[in-house]
Amino acid sequence: METFINAVLLTLLAAVTIAIARQRNLFGVVILAGIYSFLMASVLLVLDAVDVAMTEASVGAGVSTVFMLGALHLTRTLEQRPHYSAFVPLLVAVGVGAALIWGTIGLPPFGTPDAVIHKHVAPVYLADSLKDTLVPNVVTSTLASYRGYDTLGETTVVFTAAMGVMLLLRGRRRKGAGGDERAKSKGEQL
Amino acid sequence: MRLDAILRVVVKLMLPFMLLFSLYVQFHGELGPGGGFQAGVIAAGMVILYALIFGVREAKRLVPQALVERLVPLGVLIYLGTGLVAMLLGGNYLDYSTLAHDSRHGQEYGIMAVELGVLITVSSSMLAIFYAFVERGR
Repeated sequence: METFINAVLLTLLAAVTIAIARQRNLFGVVILAGIYSFLMASVLLVLDAVDVAMTEASVGAGVSTVFMLGALHLTRTLEQRPHYSAFVPLLVAVGVGAALIWGTIGLPPFGTPDAVIHKHVAPVYLADSLKDTLVPNVVTSTLASYRGYDTLGETTVVFTAAMGVMLLLRGRRRKGAGGDERAKSKGEQL
Repeated sequence: MRLDAILRVVVKLMLPFMLLFSLYVQFHGELGPGGGFQAGVIAAGMVILYALIFGVREAKRLVPQALVERLVPLGVLIYLGTGLVAMLLGGNYLDYSTLAHDSRHGQEYGIMAVELGVLITVSSSMLAIFYAFVERGR
């Protein structure tokens, strides 16, 4: 049953990806990307990664769709036809895809408990989490305590992203003292 | 704008549940799936939904832009501060064992503080980015 659900979801993912690649209307692309995220969240749910599924659904399908629509509001909705042939990009994409598939050959089989990653520190975290931190959810104790530095880095990344967007989109407005100033500078831009 | 009565009513009914769910994800994070990041995105999503339906001006009255932009660094500072307090109390940086008389309770408090920092930074970052985009579009 799980294999069947996975097969259906992955087929739909491939179909949505092809639709995104062929679509010229960017509004359609944004909506299809939202559908992609929801499908991906379902795949992650099937894989028992509820935390990641939750993040994918809220960030991928929710907030980033709104951001993309906001960005679309600032640009045009129709993608221009490229003036170069698709041959070289296609070659690069196929090459990278082949390299990635070739790389998976060396990996341990999917879902095996004997994989190297499950033998290093993971058993210690699983066994000691409740004893060390009184937190029954191992994901939380790993993210916030055992791997606190990594999460600090992630939080800083989110902070930096917000700062970057604010500098890019808000920076110029500050120079104009009021509304009139802004309208004038906008007129000059055009 | 005045004809979308169904959207307005349904959104108004949904908003408190979204906020409640966000808080549930935050404080239930040590027992179930989720944590600061997910809760932050859901909380920001609530305000963004409010802004989409009732207008950005209303949303900014509810959650002022100046406040949002000050909260972005505050979350990171709470995270860094938790680590520093742990260090000042004689432990390693970000080792919360020293935060309470019992090392296990210290870990629990430390995780809660850190998750609060993540919640604040993530939710305010999302909102700050949203406000920046909306402002630019005018």
